[in-house]
Amino acid sequence: MITKREFLQAALATTALWGVSGYGGWGRLAAQQALSQDKLLEFQDFGHITDIHAQLKPVWFREPEVNIGVAEARGRPPHVTGKDFLQMFNIAPGSPDAYALTCDDFVALARTYGRMGGMDRVATVVKAIRAARPDAILLDGGDTWHGSMTSLKTRGQDMVNVMNALGVEAMTSHWEWTYGTERVKEIVDGLPFPFLGANIFDAEWDEPAFEPYKVFEKGGVRIGVIGQAFPYMPIANPKWMFPEYSFGIREERMQAVVDELRGQGVDLVVCLSHNGFDVDYKMAGRVKGIDVILTGHTHDAVPEPVLVGETIMIASGSNGKFVSRVDLDVRDGKLLGFRHKLIPIFSDVIQPDADMAALIDKEREPFKADLEEVVGKTESLLYRRGNFNGTWDDLICDAIRAERDAQIALSPGVRWGPSLIPGDDIRREDIHNATSMTYGQCYRTEMTGETLKTVMEDVADNIFNPDPYYQQGGDMVRVGGISYAIDITKPMGSRISALTLTDTGETVDPGKSYTVAGWASVNEGTEGPQIWDVVESHIRKTGTVRVEPRSTVTLTGA
Amino acid sequence: MKLNRRHALILGAGGMAGLAFAGPVLAQAAAPAAPAADAGKTVEQWIADFTGGAEVAEGGVKLNAPEIAENGNTVPISVSAEGAAEILVLATGNPTPGVAIVKFGPAAGSRQLATRIRLATTQDVVAIAKMEDGSFKQAKSNVKVTIGGCGG
Repeated sequence: MITKREFLQAALATTALWGVSGYGGWGRLAAQQALSQDKLLEFQDFGHITDIHAQLKPVWFREPEVNIGVAEARGRPPHVTGKDFLQMFNIAPGSPDAYALTCDDFVALARTYGRMGGMDRVATVVKAIRAARPDAILLDGGDTWHGSMTSLKTRGQDMVNVMNALGVEAMTSHWEWTYGTERVKEIVDGLPFPFLGANIFDAEWDEPAFEPYKVFEKGGVRIGVIGQAFPYMPIANPKWMFPEYSFGIREERMQAVVDELRGQGVDLVVCLSHNGFDVDYKMAGRVKGIDVILTGHTHDAVPEPVLVGETIMIASGSNGKFVSRVDLDVRDGKLLGFRHKLIPIFSDVIQPDADMAALIDKEREPFKADLEEVVGKTESLLYRRGNFNGTWDDLICDAIRAERDAQIALSPGVRWGPSLIPGDDIRREDIHNATSMTYGQCYRTEMTGETLKTVMEDVADNIFNPDPYYQQGGDMVRVGGISYAIDITKPMGSRISALTLTDTGETVDPGKSYTVAGWASVNEGTEGPQIWDVVESHIRKTGTVRVEPRSTVTLTGA
Repeated sequence: MKLNRRHALILGAGGMAGLAFAGPVLAQAAAPAAPAADAGKTVEQWIADFTGGAEVAEGGVKLNAPEIAENGNTVPISVSAEGAAEILVLATGNPTPGVAIVKFGPAAGSRQLATRIRLATTQDVVAIAKMEDGSFKQAKSNVKVTIGGCGG
């Protein structure tokens, strides 16, 4: 119960800081602290939504079963799953919150509680917050314009229109950049709010290229909101699409920007971040003067704020499943207390906002027939989220191997991609939801066993490096046609072993060449059919798919 | 848009400002080849030659480098050390580890340098400052050079 312990320490240290959250630990603490009318009226409210990945409609989204924390992050939220998660946050098994936040019994609970998200439902929640608190500030953590067939077809325009209608007041970015510099600039020029990125620099001149922060004045309180874009943009995604810019964590720059805001006498400093949870956790401990980090990128839904020193971290999940409401008690330039609620967007419970529903329909209308065309059916749960292969990934890898005639398939360990439950039709847009991107070419090549291992070691170090500043925030590359063992406690170069071809049981020979096919290469000029066409072709031939979880990865050190 | 370096340079070209360099840079990046005497020198030899075997303390030197290089061929780094007379920069994992020795004259307004260096592989970049009082201080930063991909 680290959050609770840390809260108590913080409360003791500052004697005045108090907090309330909708869940276990914080709820009990709330009962011990008197909430006066005065306090309630002095709140500054924030709405935070992040990593929507262009999901306009409600989705199934199974949270991870395996989400390993390394070194100090081991066992600490968000690296807690299933029953441990329920216990830590005092959530009853089988309850709506258990369904929203964990993976256990997912299919049965999905049938009980229905899909989650939908931007029309999000709009209802945002309007309700604004009705109660007109000065509330709505912030978007990025990964908004990418992830669906309509966003790909409109190059993000559908999401831009929806977020503008929602009344977002600032955003930061990650996958937005995969539309390329020109398109990003075109959209940003027309945005009614700032596109913040204190860590986005001009690559040639090494100087800030975007607005680092925006100062809001609401109800007599001045709030500085700093944007932090995904630091590893040019490494994790194709840098040739935005060669003009350099990113990075730039801790010193963050401190300088915080100091600049403090120098201007703001009452509150908020960081709207796409660093990922563990990177933000480390940054919160090293950069002084940030009151609140609204964290994104790693798709964690954490029901209680996590305190690092005097900084509060809020993690608001992904895919439109949650909106965080954060109410801060700010007096005389000091954060004295807060209330927080990770609001789950149950699509069958929350009434869709009529205006937003109409806008979403309008955005989908030109593509409706294409989107909803049924390609096949699934008899089993298809999911992705988790450190290693999910069943959606296995299906994609099967498709790649079959359609591209390759011994080995590689599929990126991205954390987006909603689930499908047994009995669901697989529509074209469902395939896009799991594969849509601007560099989806499915390549076919030859690789030696040694190269293959090098690739896997490299990706593994992006996840399991004990220093969060070296973690890029995705999951392990998904594989088809091979099995392997991984010891996450080993250093880079020694984590992966026992690479074996699953078809023959033959050990992968470092010196031998194998046919490998995959998608999402960051290299310019990658050739091949689009991955969604490859998957569609395979599913059409299969008709009804059935993919049970496979045991191709042997994990130690977790 | 506020005044940035590009604008400052444009202004400078128009005769509005002057730029003064702090000292000579013996950079690998700038020079076509290392002086013959430096070829084949190891990290240990570079340090021994620079410090004369004196003890090197941690702290007092700020080395800014990315955690993961966006492009291993041009990695931006900067070093500052108040009170430094000379700064040595080493790329410890490169075949020729010597990057630069920068000397600051007594009139130098600030004791800092910034450049871009090529890193062959994941390695530590080390900056050692010779202080005006003759003592030595250092900072170290691990820069990862990766093959990339798979960001989620």
